[in-house]
Amino acid sequence: MRPQSRRLATVSLVLVCLLPAAWLARRALTDDLGANPIEELEIQTGLWTLRFLALTLAVTPVRRLAGWNWLAKHRRTLGLVTFGYACLHLSMYIGLDMFFDVSDIVEDVAEHLYITVGMLAFLLLIPLAATSTKNAIRRMGRRWTRLHRLVWAVAALGTVHFLWAVKKDIREPLIYAAIFAGLLLLRWPSRAKK
Amino acid sequence: MLIRRAPDIQASEITDEALYLDRRRFITRAGVGLAAFGTLGASRTLEACEGGSQDDDKLTPYEDVTTYNNFYEFGTDKDDPAKNAHTLRPRPWSIAIEGHVKKPAVYAIEDFLKPHKLEERVYRMRCVEAWSMVIPWLGFPLANLIKRVEPTSKAKYLEFTTLHDAQQMPGQRRPVLDWPYAEGLRLDEAMHPLALLVAGLYGKVLPNQNGAPLRLVVPWKYGFKGIKSIVRIRFVETQPRTAWNVAAPDEYGFYANVNPDVDHPRWSQAKERRIGEFRRRATLPFNGYADQVAGLYAGMDLRKFF
Repeated sequence: MRPQSRRLATVSLVLVCLLPAAWLARRALTDDLGANPIEELEIQTGLWTLRFLALTLAVTPVRRLAGWNWLAKHRRTLGLVTFGYACLHLSMYIGLDMFFDVSDIVEDVAEHLYITVGMLAFLLLIPLAATSTKNAIRRMGRRWTRLHRLVWAVAALGTVHFLWAVKKDIREPLIYAAIFAGLLLLRWPSRAKK
Repeated sequence: MLIRRAPDIQASEITDEALYLDRRRFITRAGVGLAAFGTLGASRTLEACEGGSQDDDKLTPYEDVTTYNNFYEFGTDKDDPAKNAHTLRPRPWSIAIEGHVKKPAVYAIEDFLKPHKLEERVYRMRCVEAWSMVIPWLGFPLANLIKRVEPTSKAKYLEFTTLHDAQQMPGQRRPVLDWPYAEGLRLDEAMHPLALLVAGLYGKVLPNQNGAPLRLVVPWKYGFKGIKSIVRIRFVETQPRTAWNVAAPDEYGFYANVNPDVDHPRWSQAKERRIGEFRRRATLPFNGYADQVAGLYAGMDLRKFF
C-alpha cells in the first residue's frame, strides 16, 4: 500500500473508533443519559475501554487465522484508542464523579479494592502507550515484546474492576472474562510452535 | 418504646407559598389518580409528618423516580423496570396477613386499602449504591395496619414477601436473587410512625416499576428494605430471612440503616449523589431521620448490626 492510502486507512479507523465517544457526547448534550448521567458516562466509557482492548488483542489471532496481514499495522491504533477511552473513563471519575476532591480520591483508591484494581490497570497502560512509537519498538527490541505482555495484566485487572463494581448480576463481566480468556488461549499454540 | 419528639419546625422548613400551591396541585391530582382506588381520598399533608425535612430537599422529578429503579424482577439495569414492568398485573391483587395475629386474612387490594386514609409524605430515599432521591409518596403508616390485624405477644418481627410469578416478573427466570424477594422489620421498627405502606407517588397510583400495587417505604433504611409488589405480610417470632442478606451476608445486613460511618465492603457510604445534582453530598446518619428513629437502636452496636 502506498504511504498516502495507508495514512487514509489509519485516519478512517480512528474516526470510526471515535464514534462511541461522539455518540456519548451527543447523548450528554441532548440530556439523554438518564437520571444519573455521571454514572452512565462512567459505565459507558469503561465498557468501551474493555471493548477496544478486546479488539486490540483480537488483531493478532485474526491476522493469523484469516491471513489478513494488513491488520497488523492497525493494532497500534486500536491500542492507543483503548488508552484514549481509559483516559476518558478516568477523567469522568476524577473530574465529574469525584469533582477533583483529592482526599476523597486517595481514600477511594486506597480503601476500595475495585477502584485500586482499576487504577492499577490504568497505570499499566501508560508505559504501553508511551512505547508505542516506531522508534521505541526498534530501540527496545525483545524488551518491547516482553513489556507489552503487560496488556494481559491490564485485561485481567480491567475485568476484575468491572466484576467488583457490579452489585449482583455478574453476567456481563463474565462475558468479558470469557472473551479475554479465549483470546489468550488463541495465543498459546502459536507461541509453542516457535 | 420511646419515640423522641421531632424538634420544632424551623422557619427554613416552612413550605413557601409557591411550593404549597404546587402541593395543592398534587393533592388534586391525587384525587384524580385515586379514582382508580375506588372510594379513597388523600388526606391533607401534615408538614410535621415529614420529620427531618431539609430546605434543600427538592423533589426528584417524576420522570427520574419512574425510570431509574432497582427492581430485579424486571431486569438488573436501572432502566429495565420502566421498560419491562408492563407485564405486571397489579389488579386483581390479594395480600395475605399471616402468622401471630388475631385477625389473619387474605384481602383483595381494594379491601386492604379501604379502611386507611392515604396521605402524602415527602421522604428522602437513599439507595445502598450511594445515590438518593426525594419522593412524595402516597400511603399510610404501617402501624395502622398492624393495629388493625392485632398481633399477639409472639409477634416479634414482620416478614414481607413479593409476588413470585415469572410470567409477570420475567427477571425471576434467572436466579439473580433467591426468589421471591423477602424483607423484614422488627415489630418496633414496623410500628414507627415513619414506616409507610405505599400505594402511590406524586399523587398518582404507584407505577408498576415502583412496586405496584403496594410497597413498603422505610426512609431511614437503605432502599432495598422497601420491598415492592407485596403479596404477604407474616408476623413471626424470629428474625426473618431477607433477600439481599441471603445473597451477600457480609454486604447487606438485616437492619440496613443508612449509616455514613459503616462502608459497604466494596464502596463508601459517606457520601451520596442526589439524582439531579452534580456534586456528591454528605450522607446523614439514619438518612437524616436520626432524631426520630435513633432511639430504636439504643445500646446496639451499629457496626455489628449493619
